[in-house]
Amino acid sequence: MEVVQIQRNLVDYTKSLFMEGFLDGQFLQLQQLQDESNPDFVAEVVSLFFDDSQKLLNELTIALDQPIVDFKKVDAHVHQLKGSSSSIGAQKVKNACIAFRNFCEVQNIEGCLTCLQQVKLEYYLAKNKFETLFRLEQQIVASGGSIPMIEMGF
Amino acid sequence: MGMAAESQFHVLAVDDSIIERKLIERLLKTSSYQVTTVDSGTKALEFLGLHQDETINPNTPSVSPNNHQEVEVNLVITDYCMPGMTGYDLLKKVKESSSLRNIPVVIMSSENVPSKITRCLEEGAEEFLLKPVRLSDLNKLRPHMLRTKLRDHNQKQEKQEEKTAFQSPKQQKIEQNLQQQQQQCNTNKRGHR
Repeated sequence: MEVVQIQRNLVDYTKSLFMEGFLDGQFLQLQQLQDESNPDFVAEVVSLFFDDSQKLLNELTIALDQPIVDFKKVDAHVHQLKGSSSSIGAQKVKNACIAFRNFCEVQNIEGCLTCLQQVKLEYYLAKNKFETLFRLEQQIVASGGSIPMIEMGF
Repeated sequence: MGMAAESQFHVLAVDDSIIERKLIERLLKTSSYQVTTVDSGTKALEFLGLHQDETINPNTPSVSPNNHQEVEVNLVITDYCMPGMTGYDLLKKVKESSSLRNIPVVIMSSENVPSKITRCLEEGAEEFLLKPVRLSDLNKLRPHMLRTKLRDHNQKQEKQEEKTAFQSPKQQKIEQNLQQQQQQCNTNKRGHR
């Protein structure tokens, strides 16, 4: 496949992620911080997010599985996940965390469990999307092309 | 300005999240600041040369003689919500320290709670930034660092100028000559002001 075609695919794919609400403006901020001296910045940050989130989701599962749930602890984990997802522009994950925190506040265990499922779902979806995005970028770079900048009308 | 406009400012960034640290580091470096990141308030104080178990007495220097603050820090930017010592606690400790209180402190938080913001500003924080922090937010930092550098620079100059403040130009000239003569005499004596 020609580089131009992959580049077009990447642009379309990225735009769709914004349109569907997976990504928000913060992701663009991240891309702006990437340059020739830091060509892998976005991928590195997102990779850190994956590792961090996986740990948090595991902790959350364990915490909600306790006979007596420590809601403060649960809230602290969700707060962290909300922060990191917000920092990379993973909008749907962030929003799922906001809903989650509301249930923590009123100590509603059923609500929390449902929210945990929702956050996990959004997280895995986001992970897939990011991985596809980076795969496309790698294909472009491997073919000697440059990664196109997305112009959004924000 | 009599100072080099290109002199780099050194920012100490404090956040318990590795993602946030990476982000703030990149943001600061892109803005041409030197950056050191630490993951806790305790480590921040250690870096600044202040030890936890020292009693904070405004009349005695708070810097341990065995651990000099080797690197000058021109600004501290810290997350509010951290386990153990919060950003607010760190702010308080910096402002209570006679050696550190002139360092501007900026607080970051993902939550927009007015009472929290007021509390920080009252305690002496220069700015409160809402996360996620953007490049444009960092433009607010430079004036605080410049002002502190200018103030430190001016304080040094003022000490020298105190004597000449109320003297006439002629007296100042005589004073200058006297000082030059004295300096020549003192060259071997290693006199220090």
